[in-house]
Amino acid sequence: MKPQPIVDARAVHKHFGALHVLKGVDLKVAERELVFVIGPSGSGKSTLLRCLNRLEEPSSGSIVVDGIDMLDPRTDINHARQRIGMVFQSFNLYPHMTALGNVTLALRKVAGKSRAEADRLGRAALERVGLADRADHTPGQLSGGQQQRVAIARSIALEPRVMLFDEPTSALDPELVGSVLEVMRSLRESGMTMVVVSHEMGFARNAADRVVFMDDGLIVEQGPPAAIFETPTQDRTRAFIGQIQRH
Amino acid sequence: MIQTFFNVEIIAASWPIVVAGLLNTVLLSLIVVPLGLFGGLILALLASVRHPAVRWPLMVWVDFFRAFPPLVLLILLFAGLPFAGLDLGGFACVAIAFFLNTGSYYGEIFRAGIESVPAGQVEAGRSTGLSRLQAMRYIVLPQAVRNVLPDLLSNTLEVVKLTSLGSVVAVPELLYQARQAQSLTYNPTPIVVAAVIYFLMLWPLVRLLSRLENRALAGRR
Ligand SMILES: Nc1ncnc2c1ncn2[C@@H]1O[C@H](COP(=O)(O)OP(=O)(O)OP(=O)(O)O)[C@@H](O)[C@H]1O
Ligand SMILES: [Mg+2]
Repeated sequence: MKPQPIVDARAVHKHFGALHVLKGVDLKVAERELVFVIGPSGSGKSTLLRCLNRLEEPSSGSIVVDGIDMLDPRTDINHARQRIGMVFQSFNLYPHMTALGNVTLALRKVAGKSRAEADRLGRAALERVGLADRADHTPGQLSGGQQQRVAIARSIALEPRVMLFDEPTSALDPELVGSVLEVMRSLRESGMTMVVVSHEMGFARNAADRVVFMDDGLIVEQGPPAAIFETPTQDRTRAFIGQIQRH
Repeated sequence: MIQTFFNVEIIAASWPIVVAGLLNTVLLSLIVVPLGLFGGLILALLASVRHPAVRWPLMVWVDFFRAFPPLVLLILLFAGLPFAGLDLGGFACVAIAFFLNTGSYYGEIFRAGIESVPAGQVEAGRSTGLSRLQAMRYIVLPQAVRNVLPDLLSNTLEVVKLTSLGSVVAVPELLYQARQAQSLTYNPTPIVVAAVIYFLMLWPLVRLLSRLENRALAGRR
């Protein structure tokens, strides 16, 4: 028997008014798997990620994460979301708090840790992203790369079962991208299950277990990175891969 | 001239009366400003519930009390409520009128502050499991208040000035007391003294406001 997937999304549809953005997406992610999602702008990658932790309400379909039915009205969504880390393109750190304050807020208010315990866990999380010495800095005093690593620490401090990354390096200056990818790589080595939307094809090649190509609200093709990048079977995939490789 | 407008003997004679007025003005401000802030916060929090059943009544409420001249509102309460069997006295009428009027102004300021915080902030908080209310309290409101601090202070200045309206319904605040002293002494000096006290009381706030506004400008650059 195959072990239960951490993420099991089936036939997910999402409409924004008249706009049909997700047209029946199925996505399973196994434990410790790193799934890389690529696709043209507007194809619904962010919307799919946001449906997985219900930041966006799917119009229909089913989403089960770590055995929890995310769309069941009886599910305590705030409790469920602790298990699903999310990292945003624009970091979204709380600017009025220190790095440590950012990391410990949910530990204290959601996970119910005491301040001392939250601080200890928060510092450990900052240590894991290489920013132990920046705990008392505010986001304004940190570089973009450091801010994004604090944002990752904010998620991993809650010990999630899966992490969602929505273009985590797209807002960074090129010389700062490496430090964030480094942290993501070490997360992967520690066995974290990850779904990553990104244009970092180099990272995809040597870190992803599977690449998913989305277009126009559907998963068009998926497979191991080498297969998708070198021998895509669908015309749309080929066109997209060709386009990004020219850049 | 000096004898008429700044008569030292009259200052001395009317001083206790004027100081009693000053204390009442301070007391009134200390009641009315927190009340207005509290009312405004409630209005702004309600406004962040985007449900039409909340939104429309709220908009009518806020518009109504912002359009209604506060002096008219005050006199209406003071003269009208006794006919409804409610004789609250001047002080309570001022408190209620201010709660309605300045609460609506504070409410609009808080609302603008809340809307100035990017949606990504709430999303980040909620993705870590914070409830809607927790995200509002720990993430949005602190930033919202910081963003509109100059407007809050500016409105507070107006509110303190407006407490002089209390004189119309015989609340013995600074202006009322000064006018009492004036009619007792047949001399305008107490009014001049009251004016000087108002200025000395509000000037530090005005300076603070300027500094906040300059800082906000510098921050935007
Ligand atoms: N809140 C919203 N309201 C209305 N339309 C939306 C909303 N969010 C996304 N859309 C639309 O849904 C479509 C898919 O958007 P989405 O952000 O998921 O695409 P994406 O694949 O992440 O694109 P990108 O690579 O540019 O980030 C787009 O046409 C977008 O305009
Ligand atoms: Mg996107």
